[in-house]
Amino acid sequence: MAKVVDARGLSCPQPVLLARKAMEEGEFPIEVLVDTGTSRDNVTRVAQKAGLKVRVEEREEGFVVRIEK
Amino acid sequence: MSRFFASRIGIIVSGAIIGALAALLVLWGNPPNMGICVACFTRDTAGALGLHRAATVQYIRPELIGFILGALLGALLFKEFKPRSGSAPLIRFVLGFFAIIGALVFLGCPWRAYLRLAGGDLNALLGIAGFIVGVAIGVFFLKRGYSLGRSRPVGTAVGLVMPVFALILLLLLLFRVSFGENAPIFFSKSGPGSLHAPILISLAVGIVAGFLAQRTRFCTMGAIRDVIIMRDFHLLSGVLAFIVAAFLVNLAIGKFHPGFAAQPIAHSNHLWNFLGMVLAGMSFALAGGCPGRQFFMAGEGDGDAAIFIFGMLVGAAFAHNFNLAGVPDKIVDGKLVVGGPSLWGQIAVIVGLIIVAAIGWTMREK
Repeated sequence: MAKVVDARGLSCPQPVLLARKAMEEGEFPIEVLVDTGTSRDNVTRVAQKAGLKVRVEEREEGFVVRIEK
Repeated sequence: MSRFFASRIGIIVSGAIIGALAALLVLWGNPPNMGICVACFTRDTAGALGLHRAATVQYIRPELIGFILGALLGALLFKEFKPRSGSAPLIRFVLGFFAIIGALVFLGCPWRAYLRLAGGDLNALLGIAGFIVGVAIGVFFLKRGYSLGRSRPVGTAVGLVMPVFALILLLLLLFRVSFGENAPIFFSKSGPGSLHAPILISLAVGIVAGFLAQRTRFCTMGAIRDVIIMRDFHLLSGVLAFIVAAFLVNLAIGKFHPGFAAQPIAHSNHLWNFLGMVLAGMSFALAGGCPGRQFFMAGEGDGDAAIFIFGMLVGAAFAHNFNLAGVPDKIVDGKLVVGGPSLWGQIAVIVGLIIVAAIGWTMREK
């Protein structure tokens, strides 16, 4: 089961802060739910910078950014 | 294409284009070191609508109209137009209100602070230092769990309010509408409000900047914030490109004049340059974006960003109705008279710092 972080509707930089907190906790995979392209790009960037694998899936209400080791 | 804009090189190129165009706008007629100033232009627009009657700062600025329309265009083309609202709108209004009061005490938002620096106005260093401190205080609150709560998807009408408002402003500008005797749209005959590039050029630059900034998420506040929070230099690289490009254009067109004293539309009252921008930096950080970014998000359909902008519009009106804005340095009989805010302007900054800090302290995700 993936750990789900619901960051939909939150202003910058909260989605990134929540994603980072989950990454620090070290439980993978993580699914970050976001609803804007900005949050999708920001979460993707911060995960890739940490050397993690990222896959983005588009859903009707936004995106799921799946972060794996 | 979408990848390019999200890349490091994408934001650097975009930042450089916006910076160069901003410096060129001065050559084309905008006020000195004010190719683009989101706070000043909001203030000028408030004046044109008669919300304040400071006769020298009244003009509907097409750059801001372009910001909204360009961002709308980018959002529509790339399927990012998402009407949303409901994240503590009233608090966003208050943040916009005090952000612009702080910025107008300094005489510029972060956009103009960087452009003033690129034109050699060293007072901008005090403003930028204050801005960084303000953003850092905002980061402190964010790390404590500060949040204005979630926005929700809403009807399309919410997302169209700002684009329609922008179009109405454009019509009022193009037709110089008068609503009767003593009820005109006001256009300054002297002072900064009278200085402007041709409408279509200003509008075009605004649209290009709005489009590029929407795509790259260019943000003059986020640049500082992301470095403080997580040593992420992505947005900062765009802002540095913005400053360097504006500086190089200024050198090329002979508009780089380094110094502190008697810089154009600026004062060398260091303490209040600093404190004004602490207030602005805090407010923008707690609202999640610089004033430009609020316009771009509003163009994407963000109703909360739109409320922030209306807060700025009202704050700008109060800043001049209540004599809060900074007064530029003057040369009188060959002597420098240092400007700055009135006592009331100073009180407004202190009150703003207290209120915005209280918002930062108390607003937390439940």
